[in-house]
Amino acid sequence: MHYSFDFSVIWDNFGVLLAGAWLTLRLSLMAVAFGLVIGIVGSLFRTSGNRLLNGIALAYVEVIRNTPYLIQLFFIFFGLPAVGLKLSAEQAAIVSLAINFGAYSTEIVRAGVESIPKGQVEAGLAIGFNKLDVFRHIVIPPALANIYSSLVGQVILAVLFTSVVSQIAAEDLTYAGNYLDARTFRSFEIYFTLAILYLAIVWIVKALAYVVEARFFEFAKYRQ
Amino acid sequence: MTSLQTELNGKSTATLEKPPIIVAKNVEKTYGNGFHVLKGVSLTVNKGEVVVLMGPSGSGKSTFIRTFNGLEPYQKGSIEIDGTPISNGKKGIELVRREVGMVFQQFNLFPHLTVLKNITIGPIKLRGLSKADAEQAAMELLEKVGIAHQAKKYPGQLSGGQQQRVAIARALAMKPKVMLFDEPTSALDPEMVREVLDVMRSLAESGMTMVCVTHEVGFAREVADRIIFLTEGNLIADTTPDQFFNNPKEERLKTFLSQILH
Ligand SMILES: Nc1ncnc2c1ncn2[C@@H]1O[C@H](COP(=O)(O)OP(=O)(O)O)[C@@H](O)[C@H]1O
Ligand SMILES: [Mg+2]
Repeated sequence: MHYSFDFSVIWDNFGVLLAGAWLTLRLSLMAVAFGLVIGIVGSLFRTSGNRLLNGIALAYVEVIRNTPYLIQLFFIFFGLPAVGLKLSAEQAAIVSLAINFGAYSTEIVRAGVESIPKGQVEAGLAIGFNKLDVFRHIVIPPALANIYSSLVGQVILAVLFTSVVSQIAAEDLTYAGNYLDARTFRSFEIYFTLAILYLAIVWIVKALAYVVEARFFEFAKYRQ
Repeated sequence: MTSLQTELNGKSTATLEKPPIIVAKNVEKTYGNGFHVLKGVSLTVNKGEVVVLMGPSGSGKSTFIRTFNGLEPYQKGSIEIDGTPISNGKKGIELVRREVGMVFQQFNLFPHLTVLKNITIGPIKLRGLSKADAEQAAMELLEKVGIAHQAKKYPGQLSGGQQQRVAIARALAMKPKVMLFDEPTSALDPEMVREVLDVMRSLAESGMTMVCVTHEVGFAREVADRIIFLTEGNLIADTTPDQFFNNPKEERLKTFLSQILH
């Protein structure tokens, strides 16, 4: 075999790849931000002691975690227009990624919530906070700190999941790679570069996660 | 003079007439597993009084004082805090809880908040104080409990005794009408018990109404106006410290005293 490597395809089209990488990063951050809100609300439902709310959250988690993400994406992008909900490819990507991340983070955050000693909750109630305020101000911050590394792991999976959205022609990094590959057949160079760019995106996300940890969870260093 | 001092002084003058702050009548509670923990307990605590609650482990002391701020529901009887009934599932229990400070055996400080923020979170979010006012009041309280220099630290950086003093300051910051203490020194290393008892002692001297579950005999003898004795869900003694320790009548109380007095 005599394949001569030619990375000029990468340099010549770096703008295309960078635009794709930028969308991938944006999709990731938005999905995680919205998904985390869903996850926190989901964990509230799961730990509320209310059977209806718990049932709703549990059904959501079960459905999302036990079906392929690609099907979820197709359902939202191709299926929902049938009932009048038409989303752009990017909107469908964000919504489906957030819903997907929300289900996983519901269970991760729930574990954090359950790790908070009952006494913390009682101290909040004793001061006069209602249950929702206790959850927001007293339970959630240390709960997130307790499960932070699992959550970051799930965030990274969410970043990698975004590559699936190229299937509905959202112009993410994978889409950009596929596009160039179809036109140049430089598969080795292109997918090798894609892998490196994904790695770089994950490192950026990890760095952000580290900044968030240092900013918000400093106290965790001192926990007894 | 701080507003807190004004309020406390106001309380000590009101002590002369001693209106009741806590009125519990025939409180009965059965836990979900069928355990009949409180078998009709009555107690009236008047303004400015310091009541110490003693009794063997498992006699229902914690359960009883936790009914006073609605942390434990009960099935029969009635409880009123400064005239407001505490009943199960009642809306507005949060409003009563603001008036009832509670200090727990395990401190239960919020680990993610600095000492200062542990104290100001209630006044800011529930009493509508500005951040500046809340912090000023918090610093005065921290001064009183002797840990103003630790205000910026997290609870995990403090000793147990310091944490418990912060917990007392946190409860006081809400300007409660009554303070409940549930074995506040039981989780402390012996050398830290005193610093917490000293704070409780000066609080009692300032006129605060207090109900304390504690087995600290020195504190009970010197600070309590009354000592009540709970055993197996029944209140079998309600008397002065002198009578309690020097002239106990009930057999179970005698047995109990013989165990804790050496
Ligand atoms: N949630 C609960 N469910 C069932 N039994 C309980 C519960 N909490 C406490 N008890 C029981 O009730 C009794 C009284 O408990 P407690 O009020 O904590 O006693 P004390 O504070 O006097 O040691 C104990 O026997 C305890 O085991
Ligand atoms: Mg107890």
